[in-house]
Amino acid sequence: MVPVSHFLILAAALFCIGMLALLVRRNALIVFMGVELMLNAANLTFLAFARQHGSNVGHVSALFVIAVAAAEAAIGLAIVIAISRNRGTLLIDELRTMKN
Amino acid sequence: MSAEAVLFYIFAFFTIASAATVVFARNPINSAVSLVATFFFLAGLYVLLYAHTIAVLQVMVYAGAIMVLFLFVIMLLNLTEMPMEKRKPTLARVGGVVATVVLFGALAVVLNKVSGAPAPLEGSELASYGTLAELGRLIYTEWLLPFEAVSILLLVAMVGAVMVSKAKV
Repeated sequence: MVPVSHFLILAAALFCIGMLALLVRRNALIVFMGVELMLNAANLTFLAFARQHGSNVGHVSALFVIAVAAAEAAIGLAIVIAISRNRGTLLIDELRTMKN
Repeated sequence: MSAEAVLFYIFAFFTIASAATVVFARNPINSAVSLVATFFFLAGLYVLLYAHTIAVLQVMVYAGAIMVLFLFVIMLLNLTEMPMEKRKPTLARVGGVVATVVLFGALAVVLNKVSGAPAPLEGSELASYGTLAELGRLIYTEWLLPFEAVSILLLVAMVGAVMVSKAKV
């Protein structure tokens, strides 16, 4: 059997890669993909702990995370389309209307 | 090493590799395709955790619906007309990498303390663990209120997505 800690460390690595996408990329689409990676890392953690405790409740939580990710992707991509239509850019650090 | 462990390390390696490709690819299309690969390898890991139902949902919802949405948006936006992405300043990139490595180190130290392998499933537990019937029973009894809240969330998201992406708001 693979120890649970290996699954958890893999999930941590996946979360950190998602966070790296938020920190070093400027393209809004890639930033969204980073958020999806972080949500998947959360799912993997839920399922690993569910397996360790022999409980199905973690699977229900993972189901809800998938549903929330679907809602987030739909709204987020709609905002990306609206921004690119109005501003002609996808680079998040050129959107600084609120700063001035 | 058991077959399960071999499969785990293969899936884990390819999950990390394709997730890294998502972040470092220059072209958003390449990022999107390697994100699909990441989701498939993650579904394999979910099967190793006996989460068959979630693995199937992962392939259908993530690799199917969400990624098709991403690819459609990339297609719609006509990225060749957009300004190219320039690299962030070196300081910002180094800071991002350092923050990520520090977070991963802290998480790995803490999570490494979770000890023990899960006990093997036997008998009736093996027959019901992670099945669609068992998840359905939980959703429609104990977790009914959150389930209904999620359905309202999806409805609101659907209406909101149509409203936000309309030409004139």
